[in-house]
Amino acid sequence: MENSFRLRRSLLYVPGNMPSMLQNIPIFASDAVMIDLEDAVPYSEKDAARTLVHSFLSTYQDRNKEIFVRINSLKTDWWQQDLQAILPALPDGVRLPEADSPEFVEHLDTVLTEFEEELGIEIGHFKILPSIETAEGVINCIKTARSSNRLIGLAFGAEDYTASLEIERTKTGEELFAARTRVVWACKSAGIQAIDTIFSDVSDMEALRHETALIKTLGFSGKSLVNPRQIEVVHEVFAPKQEEIDYALQVIEAIQKAREMGTGVISLNGKMVDAPVVKRAVKILKTAQAHGLIDMHLDEEVIYGHK
Amino acid sequence: MVTNNLGRQLPETFFGKKVQPYQDPYSHKPVGNHATRPLRRHNPGDNKLLRGLREAIEASGLKSGMCIATHHHLRNGDALLNLVIREIDNLGLRDIRIASSSVHPVHAELIPYIQKGVISGFECGVNGLIGEMVSRGELNCPIIVRTHGGRARSLITGEVVVDVAFIAAPSCDSYGNMNGFFGPSACGSLGYAFTDAQYARQVIAVTDNLTPAPLTPVSISQSLVDYVVEVNSLGDPRKIVSTTTQITRDPVGLQIARYAAQVIDASGLLRDGFSFQTGAGGISLAVAEQVRRMMSQARIKGSFGCGGITGYFVDMLEEGLFRTLFDVQCFDLKAVESIGRNLNHQEMSADTYANPFNAGAMVNLLDCVILGATEIDVNFNVNVNTESNGYLLHNTGGHSDAAAGAKLSIITAPLLRGRLPIIRDTVTTVTTPGRTIDVIVTERGIAVNDHQQELKQELIRRKIPVRDIHELRAEACRITGEPRPVEFTDDVVALIEYRDGTIIDAVRKVKE
Repeated sequence: MENSFRLRRSLLYVPGNMPSMLQNIPIFASDAVMIDLEDAVPYSEKDAARTLVHSFLSTYQDRNKEIFVRINSLKTDWWQQDLQAILPALPDGVRLPEADSPEFVEHLDTVLTEFEEELGIEIGHFKILPSIETAEGVINCIKTARSSNRLIGLAFGAEDYTASLEIERTKTGEELFAARTRVVWACKSAGIQAIDTIFSDVSDMEALRHETALIKTLGFSGKSLVNPRQIEVVHEVFAPKQEEIDYALQVIEAIQKAREMGTGVISLNGKMVDAPVVKRAVKILKTAQAHGLIDMHLDEEVIYGHK
Repeated sequence: MVTNNLGRQLPETFFGKKVQPYQDPYSHKPVGNHATRPLRRHNPGDNKLLRGLREAIEASGLKSGMCIATHHHLRNGDALLNLVIREIDNLGLRDIRIASSSVHPVHAELIPYIQKGVISGFECGVNGLIGEMVSRGELNCPIIVRTHGGRARSLITGEVVVDVAFIAAPSCDSYGNMNGFFGPSACGSLGYAFTDAQYARQVIAVTDNLTPAPLTPVSISQSLVDYVVEVNSLGDPRKIVSTTTQITRDPVGLQIARYAAQVIDASGLLRDGFSFQTGAGGISLAVAEQVRRMMSQARIKGSFGCGGITGYFVDMLEEGLFRTLFDVQCFDLKAVESIGRNLNHQEMSADTYANPFNAGAMVNLLDCVILGATEIDVNFNVNVNTESNGYLLHNTGGHSDAAAGAKLSIITAPLLRGRLPIIRDTVTTVTTPGRTIDVIVTERGIAVNDHQQELKQELIRRKIPVRDIHELRAEACRITGEPRPVEFTDDVVALIEYRDGTIIDAVRKVKE
């Protein structure tokens, strides 16, 4: 339950080989960072980056955002060393590139369990965020979305996807529509979050705003980012409108009344309020809280009737 | 040795004067009158226009042991001070004190003249190599660093007597009327030169744009000017823009700016009539941009923008966000272009801007100022003069003046610079006392001074990350490690004068 409400509007890539960027992770306003050991790090620096990321994570005690590490693809020879180096520093999870089929996720899941046993931490601590970034990945994503309890979502990767289709990526993104929609279906049916691809032109904030509005409409919960300057735009787009907040507050009030009366369904302004409506209202209020738009405590027991 | 109220050790005398230790920002008030200078008489037909600088220096009666001044409106593009010193040397004069409004890296050309004894000291702060060499003991040349308001005060009280002021005049007529608005070396406001024109014993206007008399508009009037000299060039006005005048793109700087804007928003000062000052640095401009957005959105009509003026403030004036700009110094060419065109872009003297000993300076009316720092200590004292290596590298500018005047003084600074923690137990040099600082904004949190409890509670209520300043210091040092302290000798090479003329700190020679 916790996972589906965790805000993941902005997942910022930070190159694992740049101390000056890593040092600033605590101050970025993104909901999560994805420290990159894959594409951003040239072959000759893989070792050094692993050590650097491990040292950084060990000193970053007061974690104020989710930390994922993008390891190298399971198709390479490097991913095991990546895990060996960084898992002892306890990131929240792993971003898995090239998750073309459920088998990749299942394999990683098994390895993560072994690490958790060895480190003596709770099984399931390390989450997985697989990248759906090839035609094959898109075709298989419905099964991939159900391949592990560790999944917090699926992340669509348009750069590699368009390359695999041998097409150009456009700023308006018509060529991505079908794939994005399928990724959202896969996620929603599995109860996990859909995370959209990066937008690489860091100077074009208007196009980023437009794309973010589009993917929000499609059902994505957030977006991967390549530059901290993009965070603000994405958060602005995801900020709930005042009328949405007002309605959500009415829903919560109504359902709390319902719980007191011992029922899970109640009518509000002539419309039925049940679990899916409450779920959407809670999501809006959590987002509003993150934006500082409201200041309230959401008592989950009252809202859901259980923890 | 004497100790001032901040516990800083000072010499009893320096550069031939008794040192008066700093006590507090607001109570010191001297008794006395404005300084005077000799009367003049100019009859019809008397000529002011001389053939060159040499003739003007001779006519002014400048002698060895005297004091001269220039203004720094051309900033790092200024050619005049170097030109004047060369002529002074050619005339065989020695032991000249310089009381300019500031000295910039371009004036490193003066170093051989310091070594030669032409220049014996600076009655003003310096930027760049001269200060560094003095700090290392490589130049023997006392420096008294003054704030912009403090410099105006020192001329007006007569603590500093300028024997000859050389005023670079981008437009000037043959009878001495001048402005900075037009001409090949246009620099906009001549704010720092006003006091010189009024109080120097002799005033020489130097121009590269001589126009027929009378020139209008008049910034500094013919009635104050003794001689006029034409030169080929006053310098390179493109180098007026010597600091960053673009909004920062650095995520750390932008984070600091966002927090600073949130502090302003929470302060309750951002309402109709809001008055505001920022510098020209990338973070300051990013704050200005945020303030501009908040003012537009809430349809707030501010009263005035103040201090050094940038193109961003000009845009805010032209968008109707401020009624007026009070401009002591133009920071970029867009501001220069505006001051000659916009009636509400008002030129202001350093005296009006920031002198504590007049009937009320403009800084007293400021709601909010954004200022920088090279270091900050846990008592909110701020250093802008020396770097963490102990070298005297920067002039104070209007820092202490605006901090003392404004209702809300915000220091914006990264918590880490390179590998240095910026919040320290004690600063290398105190420029501006912590009592006049309200809030420190870093990328990792905001420290609020104890006298601002109400603001602190409001920031906490708004979930803006308020941190104890000791906690910020500890966090910085956790990342960088404790830096080894810089070691100094006992030799005092410069004094940092507070705006009221008392001495807030001394700069000592670095042990190397």
